[in-house]
Amino acid sequence: MTATAEAPSKAGEVPSFDVTLRIQRMDPDGTPDHPAGEEYWEEFTLTMHGTDRVLDALHKIKWDVDGSLAFRRSCAHGVCGSDAMRINAKNRLACKTLLKDLNPKRPITIEPIKGLPVEKDLIVDMEPFFASYREIMPFLMTSGPTPERERLQSPEERARFDDTTKCIMCAACTTSCPVFWTDGQYFGPQAIVGAHRFIFDSRDEGEWDRLEILNDKAGVWKCRTAFNCTEACPRGIEVTKAISEVKKALNTGVV
Amino acid sequence: MTTAESKAPEVEPLRPIRSGRSRNHAEQWSWLFMRGSGVLLLVLIFTHLFINLFSGDGVNQIDFAFVAGKWASPLWQIWDFVMLVLAMIHGGNGMRLLINDYARRTWMRKTLKTLLAVCVTTIVVLGSLVIFTFDPCPLDASGDLLPGVPTFCEDVR
Ligand code: HEM
Ligand code: SF4
Ligand code: FES
Repeated sequence: MTATAEAPSKAGEVPSFDVTLRIQRMDPDGTPDHPAGEEYWEEFTLTMHGTDRVLDALHKIKWDVDGSLAFRRSCAHGVCGSDAMRINAKNRLACKTLLKDLNPKRPITIEPIKGLPVEKDLIVDMEPFFASYREIMPFLMTSGPTPERERLQSPEERARFDDTTKCIMCAACTTSCPVFWTDGQYFGPQAIVGAHRFIFDSRDEGEWDRLEILNDKAGVWKCRTAFNCTEACPRGIEVTKAISEVKKALNTGVV
Repeated sequence: MTTAESKAPEVEPLRPIRSGRSRNHAEQWSWLFMRGSGVLLLVLIFTHLFINLFSGDGVNQIDFAFVAGKWASPLWQIWDFVMLVLAMIHGGNGMRLLINDYARRTWMRKTLKTLLAVCVTTIVVLGSLVIFTFDPCPLDASGDLLPGVPTFCEDVR
């Protein structure tokens, strides 16, 4: 497999290297070595290429080494938001993180995202996260008769919430938030991002319904501006800024 | 299970407001207060530190007489009183936020917040008493200076 074991390497060949993945595992049914529900670390050493991502390494483990490893993924290209995980203590998408960018000389630690109940290995129960999103009513709210044609909007009006339309609901932000870790009642950054997308949409009329929900005890005022969410977002959304815009709308009464 | 899998997941009915509905925008006022009092504390504390530790003879000037001298002036009485009250309410409210974060059980939250309220009130009351009833040269029943008072009290009389 390694370059040296084969015939002289061809021009343009991708270099390969050995890398160790240290994965936090948990089996709700237990394994011969571990009782049901116990969390433990397991290491896998693989030979990977410079173009491989963490997701490719996980695939290799699942397909060639240990089929019992459980994780979510769907698109494998940073679109669906299924494979957020805690890689070297930072929330990232496994499909958007190259192994060579993580210093493969040292073991790469992979844990499930924090603050949500672990179901198995890297799979967490996303329901509390989705429940918060549902509560901010993430759908267009209008009054009056439905127009015959599309609802018009100027480029400037659209630009106000452009950033928050990019969210893929991966939960990297919410599960990087220290307030969410300690207080599961907090809506979390993603729900505020989701609300921001409609609050500042000129076509939507439900902004004050949503703002009233976010004015709640577990709403925007729980945010302590830690910036973990902004750092975690794989879509580059300025999450903390969006949260501040919601706070400002509440404080000034102007949307 | 096989038939259920092809169906869309059931969506829970919307609950308009989740647990712990806030009273009269209390959390918003708390948030605004932390910022307002923070700015005031910045001015109050750093002026306080500058006057006590840098101006004049610096740290070495601080003794009983220095404190007595400052509290002889209403300006510093008010200054220290405002600083005391703001810092205690600001710090107390900050601790309330932390209790809300970390104390999961209702009885624990209630106990800690009661304890906090008692501490804040006691310190504010005691501190205010010291600031406004402070007398550097207390007299005994016969009108003489009590033993142990600072020497400058002789000059003042
Ligand atoms: C130098 C002047 C000060 C400034 C500018 C300041 C500013 C602030 C601000 C803006 C917050 C809110 C943080 C947030 O919600 O994200 C805060 C929280 C807090 N402050 Fe102050 N403060 C000052 C002095 C003090 C003092 C003297 C105390 C203690 C008596 C104190 C104790 C706290 C506590 C316990 C919190 C809560 C921490 C948290 O929410 O995580 N502060 N401060
Ligand atoms: S805001 Fe960013 S980190 Fe948070 S759920 Fe959306 S895409 Fe993921
Ligand atoms: S697998 Fe879809 S975002 Fe990574």
